Amino acid sequence: MGQINLPQDNALMRAELPREGEFRNPSGCAISGMISTSGKRFSGEDIIRSISVMHDRSNGLGGGFAAYGIYPEYKDFYALHIFFDDSAAKHECEAFLERHFDIINLSKIPTRKSPAITDEPLIWRYFVTPLPTKLASSQLDEREFVARCVFRVNTRIKGCYVFSSGKNMGVFKAVGFPEDVGRFYRLEEYEGYAFTAHGRYPTNTPGWWGGAHPFALLDYSVVHNGEISSYDANRRSIEMHGYKCTLQTDTEVIAYIIDYLNRRKGLSMKEICSVIAAPFWQTIAQMPPEERAEAEYLRNAFSSYLITGPFSIIVGFEGGLMALNDRLKLRSMVVAERDDMVYISSEEAAIRVISPELDRLWYPEGGQGVIITVNGGDEKCR
Amino acid sequence: MKKINARDYQWQELNDVVRATTGDIELEGCLGERFIACGAADRKITISGVPGNALGAYLNGAEIECLQNVQDAVGDTMNSGRIIVRGSAGDALGYAMRGGSIYVQGDSGYRTGIHMKEYMEKRPVIVVGGSAGSFLGEYLAGGLIIVLGLGSDTFPAGGFTGTGMHGGEIWLRSDALPPVLPEQVCVTRVEADGISGIMPYLSDFSQLFDVPMSELTAKGFWRLTPNAKSPYKRLYTPN
Repeated sequence: MGQINLPQDNALMRAELPREGEFRNPSGCAISGMISTSGKRFSGEDIIRSISVMHDRSNGLGGGFAAYGIYPEYKDFYALHIFFDDSAAKHECEAFLERHFDIINLSKIPTRKSPAITDEPLIWRYFVTPLPTKLASSQLDEREFVARCVFRVNTRIKGCYVFSSGKNMGVFKAVGFPEDVGRFYRLEEYEGYAFTAHGRYPTNTPGWWGGAHPFALLDYSVVHNGEISSYDANRRSIEMHGYKCTLQTDTEVIAYIIDYLNRRKGLSMKEICSVIAAPFWQTIAQMPPEERAEAEYLRNAFSSYLITGPFSIIVGFEGGLMALNDRLKLRSMVVAERDDMVYISSEEAAIRVISPELDRLWYPEGGQGVIITVNGGDEKCR
Repeated sequence: MKKINARDYQWQELNDVVRATTGDIELEGCLGERFIACGAADRKITISGVPGNALGAYLNGAEIECLQNVQDAVGDTMNSGRIIVRGSAGDALGYAMRGGSIYVQGDSGYRTGIHMKEYMEKRPVIVVGGSAGSFLGEYLAGGLIIVLGLGSDTFPAGGFTGTGMHGGEIWLRSDALPPVLPEQVCVTRVEADGISGIMPYLSDFSQLFDVPMSELTAKGFWRLTPNAKSPYKRLYTPN
């Protein structure tokens, strides 16, 4: 696909990488996700094994995971996962957190040293709840308050990046191949009811820890394979609502669009699919009247959030996953079921490695979101 | 017959091992290894497990038989030979294929036969037993695509079938009316007495997957050909 821009000041990296023409990467980006519809918690081992089958779809410049249901003992607190460039940045950030939150627990996120993962920032985790007085005086609802604090840290405090901010969930990401990233974060030691994963092949930005997928805000996370042609139009629209795109990475804007449409506008995940992968006018014209009216309304009312260009995404949210392809289906995606498990992946092989026998396997149509919730729960706005 | 366990190798090594052998082989336990049998000629390769993308790319006369599903871009630019899939296929099956044949027992994904072409005696053929995804035969320039819609009463292809088609033929076995088709496509109804031209391929499908001919001919076909007034034709032949 596009070129890979390497940091120009990193002489070591330049020296170690093969020159153009000496090496071919069969391209791609890979995504994978799995969820227990009964809410049973399972180890992160499976998602590491799944994404590792698609090793060659990424190039070592980013990998990451979102894990849901992993912090039941702190489920009422926001889990902030933060990268710090240095301890000065950490002190400044902690001072900010102490002014705005009650910090229930804080620790380094446990990692395992690996030659495959280098140059790691300081990686910390804070379980927090907004200070009641601060929250009351802000006149914001709790989630909005937390979201604004996340943007405040990410845009105002140099050397800090909050990359995960939901309850009872966490994002784990780094520069490296996804399976190495999973081992680095000891993901197999966590248990959750849903996981998503991403192997990155960056095409427009240098691979940096913060730019790895998933991108997350509150409990929403997005892993994405593709390239959004409408990025800047989407960015300009979403930034009018207080979101700040800090990374020039197209996936970031998808995470904010999902948050805006679901949390703030109250659209269901199904309606969100009709906004971001809206049917063509030509297709809408062929729909029965009631369906057509709804599709027309969503396309018109939220036209700035139509995402064009090739994509397959898996969105994680509290209690479920949503998988969606662009309406032309220019990226591959397979969904399969086995007992209470549902699997989503760029390639069937990455599902078969976990579950050789499947009850059902299908290829969702472009623009047709697949929404899976725990215990058939309602994914509508909360 | 020589057996190779794909799990013993990384995908590039596996392809080297396959190329280093001659004669017929069985590949077992495939799990996403790409480019298997790329450019292979004069041999039979039987595959179990799920092989990776671009299986049989540039195939040059070999026969590949897959016992389970296959992923994307199977038979990409294949030149001759035959690929048999005893399961379903992913997207872009037979992408830019220019000769040989592909038989799929189940369904195929989006863009089946995209950019297929023919030249003189080279005429690629794809036969899909189930249904095909949207953009079937997109930019079709030549060759034959047959979709049998077995086990389905709805039209056996998604939207935008034949978009940009300017050569070749698409046959869809169905009693259901086709959806709105692009203006580059002409549709004619062909009942069982008019299908002699595709009989050899139906007969092969019947034998390969043990489906009685009487079932294959129980419904009529929609035959899609390029519209002679197609803007695409004018685009490519201005004079």
